[in-house]
Amino acid sequence: MSAHVDSVKTYVLVFLALICLTVATTAVAFVNLGAFSVVAALGIATCKMLLVALFFMHVRHSSMLTRLIVLGGLLWLAILLLLTLGDMVSRGWVGVPGR
Amino acid sequence: MASESHAHEETLALREQFETEAQQKDASTLGMWIFLITEVMFFGGMFLAYTVYRRIYPEVFALASSSLNVYIGAANTVVLLCSSLTMVLAVRAAQLGKTKAIVAFLILTLILGGVFLGVKAYEWNEKFEEHHIPGASFHFEGMSPDQQAHAQLFFSLYFAMTGLHALHMIIGAGLLLYLIVHARRGVYANGYDTPVDLIGLYWHFVDIIWIFLFPLLYLIDRHMR
Repeated sequence: MSAHVDSVKTYVLVFLALICLTVATTAVAFVNLGAFSVVAALGIATCKMLLVALFFMHVRHSSMLTRLIVLGGLLWLAILLLLTLGDMVSRGWVGVPGR
Repeated sequence: MASESHAHEETLALREQFETEAQQKDASTLGMWIFLITEVMFFGGMFLAYTVYRRIYPEVFALASSSLNVYIGAANTVVLLCSSLTMVLAVRAAQLGKTKAIVAFLILTLILGGVFLGVKAYEWNEKFEEHHIPGASFHFEGMSPDQQAHAQLFFSLYFAMTGLHALHMIIGAGLLLYLIVHARRGVYANGYDTPVDLIGLYWHFVDIIWIFLFPLLYLIDRHMR
């Protein structure tokens, strides 16, 4: 019924890559990269997310409609984060509770 | 009421309202993804709150974050990644209709999920003993009263985000139990793998949330200390 059955080897390789990236993100946190440490942390996390989504969640075998839904969701998340941060950075008068 | 063109014997894999098994599978997968997108937005709000307050109080957030144990956090990340591997292997076994393998991998996934929650409980208990719970008895060594107030923001976000993540894990454990009971009865033996597949998607989604929570909560500017 399911068109694509991936090999156990594929899954194990993806898993090993995820473990390596976990070690890398932990190690790089102890290195002083200045403002780039958050870029490195989020970059590695995004790579891990892509590995899990594409291989473990089978996005690479999914229908176009499913891929569109996934991309649409990420786009909406980007709107939430980027537009709010845009307001924070560019409009000092935007109030934040607790400040 | 099946029309003549739709008349077919109803099975779990092919309900009356669908033309083919593939169509039913696509519909189920799409529905699960739409649910997961609503979950992304649900957690997205908390990630946004975290980003905003970390931008306002970067030093206090780095200091408060340094009280979390990186090694326990990293080890727990590995445990969760292992559970994702066993989950995807359970899904693979379901695709092949191998009942024994499905049950074995699901039980492994459940155990690893339990280990993750156990470690999380240990970490939370540590926070209680250190008075790092936001509230009247909150105290963080070496911080001014102003900073104490801001550090409570970090720990509020820490408990809200890890707490809701843990709640998702507990729900996931319940779903795994459901799958194990049904798999043992042989429900997924004949190519009907949709529930295993969809709960697999949920489990991996919860894994992805942790993949972002770990660096954001545990790994802020570690080189500073």
